[in-house]
Amino acid sequence: MFFWSLVLIAVGIFSSFIYGRSRIKLNSKKQGTKSKSLPTYYAQYVLMWCLFPALIVYFSWAIFQEQIIQNIVISNFEFIEGAVYNEGLLLAEIRNVANNPSFADGKSIEIINAASHYSSLRQISQISFYTSIIIIMLLGALYASQKLKPEFHAQHTIERYIQYILIFCSSVAIFTTIGIVFSLIFESLRFFAEVSIFEFLFSTEWYPFIPIREGQTAAEGSFGAVPIFAGTFLVMVVAMCVAVPLGLLTAIYLAEYASQRVRKTVKPLLEILAGIPTIVYGFFAFVSVAPFVKAFGQSIGIDASPTSALAAGMVMGVMIIPFISSLSDDVINSVPQSLREASLGIGANKAETIKKVILPAALPGIVGAFLLAISRAIGETMIVVVAAGTAPNLTGNPFENVTTVTVQIVVALIGDQEFDNPRTLSAFALGLVLFVITLFLNIIALQIVKRYRERYE
Amino acid sequence: MNNSVAKEKIVSLRKKRSLEDMRFKYYGFTAMCLSLAVLVFLLYTIFSKGYTAFQKTIVLLEVDYNQEVLKLTPDSSDEEMEKGKFFRVKKQAIENFFPDLSKSDIKLVKKLFSINVDNEIKDYFLDNPEVINTKQQIWVTAHSDVDQLLKGNSRRDVPEDRRKLNDIQLSYVDQLVEENRVKQVFNNFFFTKADSRHPEIAGVAGSFMGSLFTLFTVFILSFPIAIGASVYLEEFAPKNRITELIEVNISNLAAVPSIVFGLLGLGVLLNVFGLPRSTPLVGGSVLALMTLPTIIIACRASLKAVPPSIKEGALAVGATKTQAVFHHVVPLALPGTLTGTIIGLAQALGETAPLIMIGMIAFIPNIPTGLTEPSAALPVQIYLWVESAERGFQEKSAAAIMVILIFLFMMNAIAVFLRNRFERKW
Repeated sequence: MFFWSLVLIAVGIFSSFIYGRSRIKLNSKKQGTKSKSLPTYYAQYVLMWCLFPALIVYFSWAIFQEQIIQNIVISNFEFIEGAVYNEGLLLAEIRNVANNPSFADGKSIEIINAASHYSSLRQISQISFYTSIIIIMLLGALYASQKLKPEFHAQHTIERYIQYILIFCSSVAIFTTIGIVFSLIFESLRFFAEVSIFEFLFSTEWYPFIPIREGQTAAEGSFGAVPIFAGTFLVMVVAMCVAVPLGLLTAIYLAEYASQRVRKTVKPLLEILAGIPTIVYGFFAFVSVAPFVKAFGQSIGIDASPTSALAAGMVMGVMIIPFISSLSDDVINSVPQSLREASLGIGANKAETIKKVILPAALPGIVGAFLLAISRAIGETMIVVVAAGTAPNLTGNPFENVTTVTVQIVVALIGDQEFDNPRTLSAFALGLVLFVITLFLNIIALQIVKRYRERYE
Repeated sequence: MNNSVAKEKIVSLRKKRSLEDMRFKYYGFTAMCLSLAVLVFLLYTIFSKGYTAFQKTIVLLEVDYNQEVLKLTPDSSDEEMEKGKFFRVKKQAIENFFPDLSKSDIKLVKKLFSINVDNEIKDYFLDNPEVINTKQQIWVTAHSDVDQLLKGNSRRDVPEDRRKLNDIQLSYVDQLVEENRVKQVFNNFFFTKADSRHPEIAGVAGSFMGSLFTLFTVFILSFPIAIGASVYLEEFAPKNRITELIEVNISNLAAVPSIVFGLLGLGVLLNVFGLPRSTPLVGGSVLALMTLPTIIIACRASLKAVPPSIKEGALAVGATKTQAVFHHVVPLALPGTLTGTIIGLAQALGETAPLIMIGMIAFIPNIPTGLTEPSAALPVQIYLWVESAERGFQEKSAAAIMVILIFLFMMNAIAVFLRNRFERKW
């Protein structure tokens, strides 16, 4: 379906273009006047009318076809009274039987009937899909061809359409944000309908177990996210303890001391550090740093667990170094040269100039960089998933196992996703918290940096 | 007298100050070196853990292709040959692997071989059907435990109950080494097979193809949209609140954690639109939305770099604004936009968390062939192997990291090449 419909659309594009072009030439010849725009604009006009309605139909069909068919199949399904059905499993079974007749052996008659219903519906949908696309394309071309008169300003219209397309492209970012906010809020509301928001934010017990079977009351599950927030904070603090001194000192060295040649070699190397996928850092943390931390902990008499906040935080710090160093480098470089020269001119040496003049002047920008780095550290997933552990642990000891917001999101969504239990939905509530915090940090950081830039411009 | 004391004080103070200066410079230098040392150590760790995965251990096995055991005749058709009883041949071969094996010993010997040996015996026969009723010495893949032992990745001096291979099996392996019946060769499975529960036949081909399909989707979606958005914002957008809103939106979106995009994919693309789970189509769409801000920012920078005189020249000879932009500015900015897109794609290639959210973490033992088929992706494959308890997967994960790093390196090299080759200095 995918391939042939693309071929169909390509043929439509090509033929509508040729058609529009020859048609306008013919029309203007008939009337004996020159057309207002070049023939290619009329051709583009026909093309757009042929293509865009068809594309809209194409995508909505692709998106909604399966759901509509499933709904029809389910609503026509002959449920046996008294039996309990799981809709998802039932659908999967029907689909399997429909796609692969060999699965039909031993299945109940209702399922086989539903499967044949399903495949017949699919066939109908397939045929009507192609016919409707062809009809829509023809209708579009027909509508456009009526306008192909020499006195019609095709170029103006085309340029207006292009504007619409461009505006649509730019608003994708807005749609994305709206999509994020709505999906997070919608699912979080479902979560908070079952778990009170105060329990979530202020309680310290996180046992997201839910009854596996209905009526099972042994484990109720409790959703107090404080240990998770504490773990996130702990890992973030460790990461910043590594990244801030290393990143800032590297930036100062590169901006103030290093020769041009050193700058030219070191900066791309730091960019490599920034470009390494986070899962690679996770591997590094798991294979090299975590055993080292454990051994180190034992050597000083602390019982360190194999996955610890320290290991994850240290590696995360390394990941953030290039982030801090490049942002701080920019900030330091944008401190006006005159400040530097004035300080050196009254006899201060380089270190004094940096410590007493440049850093204070650059402080707001550097703080902005730190805030951005914090938001990066909080949102980082793979390192902590691999190296920090999954046990919620309310502790300040970095040698212990902690868990973070991102880890709990991953844990909640790996495996079976049943969207009717609070365990799965808790991922969205945690995601909402994460989104709000990082957004907040970013807005503040961007404000600070912006104000700082304005000061020296 | 007073003068010389003051002088001495000044000299010592100056000495102290310049020492302080030196020390500060030294701190900076040390910090830089430390950061780079970590990079070197990281790469060294990956290489030292991973290079062994490019080799596999094979064992010489004498197979008797007896027609009775196989239930075939020399003139069987191809279809019949497909259904030959190769597992019986294998069983027989293993029983005779060492002379005089007891029943319990046979069980132990069997565990020295990969699960894939049946297929290898079969493939050898299908390639050379004339070997029927002869004895053949063929090299077959060893079990991962043997492989790891011979590579030195698992230790033999730990107590027996904590080892994968017991003492008898160890003595068998030693005997094989002595008789030159094992050797290490290039591991073709790593590049031709998809994931597997058995480390010795697990490969990256499936996840590599999955990543390619995902990147293709990202490119198809994000490149046109990013160009459209950046052209609009840079050339056409009126200075008003809506434009400002879009700009703020883009810069904030660039800093949203990737896992939140995964939740978007799960909540909207999978649950509302009902797109198929675990597929490159959904993964690519999510990553496209995620990388869009990066690409837009890069595209805008390259559009900005085109001097206004070009556009003004076109306008002066009577082009409309659309013509001036699309015929003159955009083509000149294209290399820069492509560079930005490739860098965005490199970012998308390494992203793991959003793909886990939309289910690309499922175990997929075959190589995907389309955008709407369930598939794995390289970074998720690495994650699965890192988390796996089996020892043989650790070297695989490091080797897969090497593959992904080489892939990334090539993409960046292309981007740099494009930039140097086509970007004009005005």
